Amino acid sequence: MTTISMTVNGKAVTGNVEPRTLLVQFLRENLRLTGTHVGCDTSQCGACVVHVDGAAVKSCTMLAVSCDGSNVTTIEGLANGAELHPMQAAFREHHGLQCGFCTPGMIMSAVDMVNRLGPDLDEKTIREELEGNICRCTGYHNIVKAVEAGAQAMGATGQRVAAE
Amino acid sequence: MYAFSYHQPKTVRQAASLLAKNEDGKILAGGQTLLPTMKQRLAAPPALIDLGKVEGLSGIELKGRSLVIGATTKHVQVATSEIVKQAIPGLAEMAGMIGDPAVRNRGTIGGSVANNDPAADYPAACLALGATIITNTRKIPAEQFFTGLFETALEPGEVIVKISFPIVSKAAYAKFRNPASRYAMVGVFVAKRGSDIRVAVTGAGSNGVFRATALEEALKKRFSPKSLEGVSVSADGLNGDIHASPEYRAHLIGVMAKRAVTAAIGK
Ligand SMILES: Cc1cc2nc3c(=O)[nH]c(=O)nc-3n(C[C@H](O)[C@H](O)[C@H](O)COP(=O)(O)OP(=O)(O)OC[C@H]3O[C@@H](n4cnc5c(N)ncnc54)[C@H](O)[C@@H]3O)c2cc1C
Ligand code: FES
Ligand code: FES
Repeated sequence: MTTISMTVNGKAVTGNVEPRTLLVQFLRENLRLTGTHVGCDTSQCGACVVHVDGAAVKSCTMLAVSCDGSNVTTIEGLANGAELHPMQAAFREHHGLQCGFCTPGMIMSAVDMVNRLGPDLDEKTIREELEGNICRCTGYHNIVKAVEAGAQAMGATGQRVAAE
Repeated sequence: MYAFSYHQPKTVRQAASLLAKNEDGKILAGGQTLLPTMKQRLAAPPALIDLGKVEGLSGIELKGRSLVIGATTKHVQVATSEIVKQAIPGLAEMAGMIGDPAVRNRGTIGGSVANNDPAADYPAACLALGATIITNTRKIPAEQFFTGLFETALEPGEVIVKISFPIVSKAAYAKFRNPASRYAMVGVFVAKRGSDIRVAVTGAGSNGVFRATALEEALKKRFSPKSLEGVSVSADGLNGDIHASPEYRAHLIGVMAKRAVTAAIGK
């Protein structure tokens, strides 16, 4: 067992993990932050996307020990109290989800997209950038609409990820 | 995933000595290939030596007429670097075509080159651009580095430190993706430096990345997509699988080569 410390959603946390513990296991099982999902466990689906030091990564494809000392943001870290993050609000408004399983990863990828490319995103860019996020329900149209609107809303409020 | 011991060296020298001490230990770079392989239990190294905290292994710089990229430089850094976009724009574009954004945020050039997946993109760029792979012990020309499927000239315990790309006058990459995996079904990287023209193909060869000499000869007459018209690529030695037959891949090589030459001329 190794002791690791990191900042998760703005809070300092420590935990004991085996070297083989994945970041997603640490988040879900040690910290009980179950908003981050495991869809495939083979690095394909993007349900597990979180931000590590400001960059979107697949938390099923990263060791928790490699994140020692890092700053991690999960879906739980986006909302400001009861007020949804603009990207979350846009997914609700535009029906960007059905079962919701892919949604945490979609939203974390979408916020990362805006952080990298700015709030003015066209449909083609959004579809290309969501390459690593798979949804089995929606057919993507409403996800794309939600990301476009969420990006605009983030631009309007000058908002990036709250905890970053 | 089976259990392993984990090491986090601070220098390349420490990484190399940890590799020497831990028999069958493996380097962990971005983990975008190694971790999925370990999760499927296709690999079970008893020790991982994580390069994440090694100083000075990541970075992009111009040295004379070469572009030098550190081994742990991530795909996203190469794709968005102004230095790379100026020096070899085709290389930046290629890095931006790897996998998806989250994979590009973690995956590294050193890991991709060391892994030599027969459908990976960087091996084609290295071969076409005449890159040199610089390790902790020696310099290996790309021609001699990629030796077969997932096989390279790396000795046990050898660590890639950086990769040096000579700056060429024209270069571009065209990729026909496998729509599910995003890896290349066929990818063609073309590069022109003076009269030296190279065409490297990934995704298609049953022995990994290779140079399409027939296409190179045709392009020597004139560096134009027209020169490739009527030049056929043999299906001998090409992969056939559920995604594409050898004949289809041979056809795609010609199509991708034309697209790459067209893109290179436009740069
Ligand atoms: C969903 C998905 C899609 C992908 N799509 C593509 C694609 O379209 N095209 C493509 O080319 N790749 C693709 N990849 C692979 C990706 O580019 C990987 O990042 C890359 O192949 C390996 O780099 P890494 O840094 O992650 O290496 P790791 O997985 O950490 O290591 C890979 C191997 O290289 C060795 N190694 C790593 N660094 C060094 C070093 N400095 N010296 C010596 N040995 C070293 C390791 O020991 C290991 O054997 C994809 C991966 C995923 C998960
Ligand atoms: S659970 Fe991580 S990519 Fe699917
Ligand atoms: S809403 Fe069900 S998987 Fe996307």
